[in-house]
Amino acid sequence: MSYTINVNGKAETVDVDGSTPLLWVLRDVLDLKGSKFGCGMGLCGACTVHLNGMPTRSCITPISMVGSAAVTTIEGVGASPVGEKVRAAWIELDVPQCGYCQAGQIMAATALLTSNPRPTDGDIDDAMSGNLCRCYTYTRIRAAIKQAAGLPTADTREA
Amino acid sequence: MARLSAVQTTEKGAAGSAGRESVSRRAFLVAGAAAGGGLLINFSVPVFAETASGPRRRYTLNAYIQIDPDSTVTIMSKCPEIGQGIKTSLPMVVAEELDADWKNVVAEQAPLDARAYGAQFAGGSFSTPMNYEPLRRVGAAAREMLVTAAARAWHVKPEECDTQIAGFVRHTGTSRKLSYGALAAKASQIKLAPDVLRTVKVKDPKDFRIIGKPISGVDNPLIVTGQPLFGIDMSLPGMKYAVFEKCPVFGGRPVSANLDAIKALPGVRDAFLVPGARPTGLPDGMAITLQDGIAIIGDSWWAANAALDKLVVQWNEGPVASQSTEQFDRMAVDLSTKPPGQVFRHDGDVDKAFASAAKVIEGQYAYPLVAHTPLEPMNATARYADGQVEVWAPTQNPAAGQGAIAKVLGIPPSKVTVHMTRAGGGFGRRLGTEYMVEAAVLSKMAGVPIKVLRNRKQDIQHEFYRPAGYHNFKAGLDSAGTLVAFRDHFITFTSDGEKLSNSANMDATEFPARFVPNLQYAQSMMLLGVPTGPMRAPQSNALGYAFQSFLDEVAVAAGKDPIQFRIDLFNTPHLVPNPPPPRGRGGGRRGGGGLFGMMPGFNPKRAVGVLELVREKSGWGQRKLPPRTGMGVAFYYSHLGYIAEVMQVTVAREGTVKVDKVWLAADVGRQIVNPSGAINQLQGGALDGISQALGQAITIDRGRVVQTNFDDYQLLRMNQAPPVEVFFNITDNMVTGLGEPAVPPAPPALCNAIAAATGKRVRKLPIDPATLVAT
Repeated sequence: MSYTINVNGKAETVDVDGSTPLLWVLRDVLDLKGSKFGCGMGLCGACTVHLNGMPTRSCITPISMVGSAAVTTIEGVGASPVGEKVRAAWIELDVPQCGYCQAGQIMAATALLTSNPRPTDGDIDDAMSGNLCRCYTYTRIRAAIKQAAGLPTADTREA
Repeated sequence: MARLSAVQTTEKGAAGSAGRESVSRRAFLVAGAAAGGGLLINFSVPVFAETASGPRRRYTLNAYIQIDPDSTVTIMSKCPEIGQGIKTSLPMVVAEELDADWKNVVAEQAPLDARAYGAQFAGGSFSTPMNYEPLRRVGAAAREMLVTAAARAWHVKPEECDTQIAGFVRHTGTSRKLSYGALAAKASQIKLAPDVLRTVKVKDPKDFRIIGKPISGVDNPLIVTGQPLFGIDMSLPGMKYAVFEKCPVFGGRPVSANLDAIKALPGVRDAFLVPGARPTGLPDGMAITLQDGIAIIGDSWWAANAALDKLVVQWNEGPVASQSTEQFDRMAVDLSTKPPGQVFRHDGDVDKAFASAAKVIEGQYAYPLVAHTPLEPMNATARYADGQVEVWAPTQNPAAGQGAIAKVLGIPPSKVTVHMTRAGGGFGRRLGTEYMVEAAVLSKMAGVPIKVLRNRKQDIQHEFYRPAGYHNFKAGLDSAGTLVAFRDHFITFTSDGEKLSNSANMDATEFPARFVPNLQYAQSMMLLGVPTGPMRAPQSNALGYAFQSFLDEVAVAAGKDPIQFRIDLFNTPHLVPNPPPPRGRGGGRRGGGGLFGMMPGFNPKRAVGVLELVREKSGWGQRKLPPRTGMGVAFYYSHLGYIAEVMQVTVAREGTVKVDKVWLAADVGRQIVNPSGAINQLQGGALDGISQALGQAITIDRGRVVQTNFDDYQLLRMNQAPPVEVFFNITDNMVTGLGEPAVPPAPPALCNAIAAATGKRVRKLPIDPATLVAT
């Protein structure tokens, strides 16, 4: 079946079964390899994209449910000033180790900062705990979110 | 704290030459050459040819360095990048001695080529200790070529030139300068003396401009923009997608399946049985090449994977379908009451020492099977044609993959090309190579290029696992509270009734061996049909928990401060000598053999150094803590790194554990190559250990893995991750690696903090909150 979706500001028409998850349409039909497959069940967040700005697990979102929503992926997130700041903070603070989860982390962080420009540690926990990092770069992710927000990056959750 | 015995020089180090490296740099280089498969010899036969690769002309100075006329310096990174940061740190080392301008450096993954690069793998935290000194010399030798080329152009002596301005050779007297790009063509023609890598002068570290500076990972700009980098991102013209389904019971195989029905599904191209390679190598995870299974080939991976829902298979489950974790737990208790199968170390007279001890403490500790679960599932892409195959894979072990593919396909290794992609995590899992073999075999059988990718359930259920283990400890204290007797009856696993399962062994040198006059290590084995293998800090990641938890228990029983108790133990004046290593003992992390045998031995002074540092930085003993909050410590030496960790935890009345903070002190020698990457590794390593201790266990039922995904196999999440403060103790010792050594002290530091907070010892991992409920 044919679906036309709006990805990073561009209309894309694809011919796939309606049950195909958005993740696999992005990766294997549209050749946007940035969104990653980790669990296939919405448990790890590596596939996170935005639908109308909302962080969404593309591995459990059938293409038939996307409709006219604006899909933003890691490839296009830099178009927003917040996304660009988040990307820059990730590089400046050298967040990644293996880097595999970081597309999803950046998408979740961008959505957080777009709706909440000065998040507390608790806000960061709430927004980011659905995104696993197997290298456990959480210390740097937290600092980079604060840096992108223009907040002091020191971890103040003292013992 | 294994490998206390590595070389004879240990004794000297222990006797007081603290802070001095017991193996000289030259000895190390020779050792490195031997260990690294002719590392140095190969550096001295660089390719001197001009090459035109890509749009620009690159001039090759040696196998590692190419320079464009515009002064772009391309530096090859020999080892696979799995998140340990080696693609940044090793090119930094080369660039430093080359006096390149880091702004102009491009790091590139080197091809698999043993002749040019020696051993290429990611394991054992070896990449830094094996390559740091040799790669400095590679950079310095290339710098010499550039200087010589400039001197000839100016008709002056090379000694009159310098490279003070990064990326330029300058005639010191006249300040004339030429860029590396302008010199590249001439420099690539310079022939250096064959022994240049031994004779070339390297910098005084005080002149370092790149090494020691925090530098952001070279692939970060690609990662944050979602560019294709990883194995899973590979794509080839005409490529089809595959899933490969195996029997849920290890060693089982399919008898028949509804293949015709599967082939009729939309998007499915083909489905067929794949016979495994005999023997399959089970249950040694590292030896598995190809297991029996069913391949489904699809136009998309989603279609192939969705077809699994409709797949009906009759399996022959094989001989291990009766095994279960419950059964092993029961057998281990039973074995602990019987005499051990084998005593593998006995110093002094343990029975006599226990009989005369003022106090005797006994403690049992158990840990489960653990899976690696790198976030990028196992995958590989292969193109087989005309007796040759090309494979792209996220791998820690490309040469082994090449060999395994050649063996299974029955073609010479020269017909197998392996390309290393960036790997979405490794942790030891990608030392195994069976997924690379699967891609090659499926491409041959399907007659098209194939990308084979596992879903998470397949990935978690067909790993090789960190083996479980059970320790039955007994310690004796004299009236002064000094440890005078120590025994461990270790219940572990065998794959064949004789040999220990992969990574299920404990060394005779495991601490506190040598530091206690009467000591016995013994083991009994259970037959295991589940594949096991190395996981980040193999053996140490489990032994650290057991030994450091029990030693903490002993310290408390002795009425001593846990940090001071450990320091006193390390300051034991007379060490018991190690027995000679058994004949035929090979490499790995065992003392006396393999790569570690070439490296300096354990130095107790360095252990004391990090314990003192972490005591000071954590405010140990100085903090006023609320009820059910406690601090715990652990120290462990592994992969040449000395790491002490203190944790503060709070245990809720209903038993849930919150880690408040981690303080970590590390001694990995005289130089931290890239402080940014180094701190990241240490923080991640400590959190990895916490994650394992809090939530991770693979359980076996009827010969199969019970867990399926990240809901029943839990990794630490952001809201559970405490701040981790890192401190380095810089000592004048060899520069060593950081990928692994922060993991082993984390579980025991956490469990010891729980004991301090609640008075309850964690006898079994993962931590069960029900055992910590306030009463």
